[in-house]
Amino acid sequence: MVFQRFRRATVDPADQQKLDQSLSKTRRGVLGRIGTIFQANEITEELWEELEEVLIMGDVGVDTTMKLVAATRDRVAQAGIKRTDEAYALLKEEMVRILQADAPPLDIDNPNRLLTVVLVVGVNGSGKTTSIGKLAHYYRKRGRRVVLAAADTFRAAAIDQLKVWGERAGVSVISHMPGADPGAVVYDAIRASQESRDADILIIDTAGRLHTNYNLMKEMEKIRNVAQRQVHKAPHEVLLVLDATTGQNAITQASKFGDSVGVTGVILTKLDSTAKGGVVLAIADQLGVPVRFVGTGEKIEDLAEFDPWVFVESLLEHE
Amino acid sequence: MRFDPGRVRRYNLTLARPILLWKAAEKTTVFDNLTDKLQDIFDNLGRRGRLSEADVDKALRQVRLALLEADVNYKVVKEFVGRVRERAVGADVMRSLTPAQQVVKIVHEELIRTLGESARLDLSGQPPHVIMLVGLQGSGKTTTAAKLANRLRSSGQRPLLIAADTYRPAAVTQLEVLGRQIDIPVHSEGIEPPPPEIVSRGLRRAREEARTVVIIDTAGRLNIDDDMMNELVQIKTLARPNEVLLVADAMTGQEAVRVASDFHERVGLTGLILTKIDGDARGGAAISMRAVTGVPIKFLGTSEKIDGIEVFHPDRLASRILGMGDVLTVIEKAEQVMDQDEARRMEKKLREATFDLDDFLKQMQQIKKMGPLTNILGMIPGMGRLAKEIDPETTDKQMRRIEAIISSMTMQERRNPNILNASRKRRIAAGSGTSVQEVNELLSQFRQMQRLMKQLKSGRRSGLSGLLGF
Repeated sequence: MVFQRFRRATVDPADQQKLDQSLSKTRRGVLGRIGTIFQANEITEELWEELEEVLIMGDVGVDTTMKLVAATRDRVAQAGIKRTDEAYALLKEEMVRILQADAPPLDIDNPNRLLTVVLVVGVNGSGKTTSIGKLAHYYRKRGRRVVLAAADTFRAAAIDQLKVWGERAGVSVISHMPGADPGAVVYDAIRASQESRDADILIIDTAGRLHTNYNLMKEMEKIRNVAQRQVHKAPHEVLLVLDATTGQNAITQASKFGDSVGVTGVILTKLDSTAKGGVVLAIADQLGVPVRFVGTGEKIEDLAEFDPWVFVESLLEHE
Repeated sequence: MRFDPGRVRRYNLTLARPILLWKAAEKTTVFDNLTDKLQDIFDNLGRRGRLSEADVDKALRQVRLALLEADVNYKVVKEFVGRVRERAVGADVMRSLTPAQQVVKIVHEELIRTLGESARLDLSGQPPHVIMLVGLQGSGKTTTAAKLANRLRSSGQRPLLIAADTYRPAAVTQLEVLGRQIDIPVHSEGIEPPPPEIVSRGLRRAREEARTVVIIDTAGRLNIDDDMMNELVQIKTLARPNEVLLVADAMTGQEAVRVASDFHERVGLTGLILTKIDGDARGGAAISMRAVTGVPIKFLGTSEKIDGIEVFHPDRLASRILGMGDVLTVIEKAEQVMDQDEARRMEKKLREATFDLDDFLKQMQQIKKMGPLTNILGMIPGMGRLAKEIDPETTDKQMRRIEAIISSMTMQERRNPNILNASRKRRIAAGSGTSVQEVNELLSQFRQMQRLMKQLKSGRRSGLSGLLGF
């Protein structure tokens, strides 16, 4: 608790502002109503029911909503809380607790490692290539030497799209011809990164695929195996790119990708839309996978590290 | 396809039942669909001839949750459930149906009604007919544009694609590549000119080349981005399209309502295309979008391949949303691989419990022709959960092993497995590259299956019987 309060106090104001901006539409959206609910004079049965309703409308999902509300209610009852603002604070704490997901810290900044390999996966149209461009920019600005691997050899013009982002971020892109074996692209990219010694992060773009496509999921496993053979413990992070407008299917996506390549974190994109991304609560709750980054706009610098407190505060804040 | 209960039953029986029985004999699975949940409630209430208000309310809570889990918008669910309630309270329970089935039937019918008729593309008036695709980023507009062009060409049209997405890196290239693949011309001017100008020059070109259909691929945009929405209005004003179709991802959540209504208010839609329906999303967003805009769903995007676009069938989507499977698609697939007489013969055998190992082998071979088992199971009512649990690889191996074992038996042995003694089993094991133990396993599972078939024949109700259509 003390620790959490401390963390809340140290939120980088710039980060908060950026996320606030992108979530401002969210605030006008449905989850912002939660604040209004808790402006009631007393804690009633209707208050809890309304809370349930709003959470479900925010894509939090029926199961996680029930769990969240029950946990908050229990704590309110135990502590004998009568004031709605105190109950509201407890709800936020419960949400943060879910989002923290007991995950180890992001494993990209390990100074002892020569090459960190990051695999980026996701369904079609979730924003993988864009997110990779932003990630490249993000780490390059922090003095890292980034190389991108264009292992999406399937979608028409995906390689071109990554090259455009590579140019914008000022990093090199290793690619083959369209239709080439993605495993071979990854192999070459790792070799090139290791031999030139001019890279310490390799980010791999993969073909967007529906998690129900069995063969393509197998291909993904192969990419992971190729990386594993060449670099110790690679890939060090497997990030699932998730569109904030996605509904309950996001949970299935995360679990299927998790089964085949072992997802270690989520990049939540398109938070500048009217969508709330409430489904990440369900993902953290049911699969224990934390959000690592949030995409907050279309520009290359529109990427922020995820902080549960910032997220929850921004998610719930109301006018 | 017209709904013919006889045909549904026949194929359902011949296809679903052997697999189901097989799996049921292997282990008991929890079937997690609405009918089962409702059945539980009504079982507890006891049987009555008429649905009381209290019964219905209890059941409707399950309906509500099922729809919410399928991502149908909360408000739309509320309204919908209200309508179902009106119809269900006091409804006479048909003699052939259980109360649970009765409620599901009403829900299903209301869903179909809400989803509306499937509508054709409006290609009236002077050619070129203009179709404009709009939507959020990543919903699948570019791929859909190519699929639609390809489909229209095979119905005799001469399409031209216009690449008006100048924002996303390489979107123009993507459309050009797709156009080359299907050999349909693409009007593109790179990413410099403003999209409305590209469109007006593209339209001129279409007239010059006597194209009959023009498909405009616009940039993905947020429904709250004023400038971008104005640009769409501008394009619409100058292109005067017959169709403005919103391309939306079937996986969209509660937000679908706002996206659809914003686009509809600002630009004016004439129809919807739901993409990525080949994923396992229930597609509840379809109901929400249809309900708030009132415009029909015209197509479904069903795969990454260029022919992966289908005309929308409300009944099938309704079944899918309810987790009832998509029997009609299974039937269509089945019809492609087996003939009617064969299906009838199998049905008879199943009913009379004379289904033997040879029939089982044939069945499996036919099912294999229909594609991966998990896909098919997912479409059969009540099998969705099972499909998720099955690992395609091990199932494939299992099926191959079973096939090998049965193929190593003589016809006499297949008809009457009881004659299998130790020596015969050793021969079969050697012939199929398996062990006697595996042969025994198959036999005991088959006997279990036969036992279930006989139970069903004698009409004893078990958890399975309802599911199997008895």
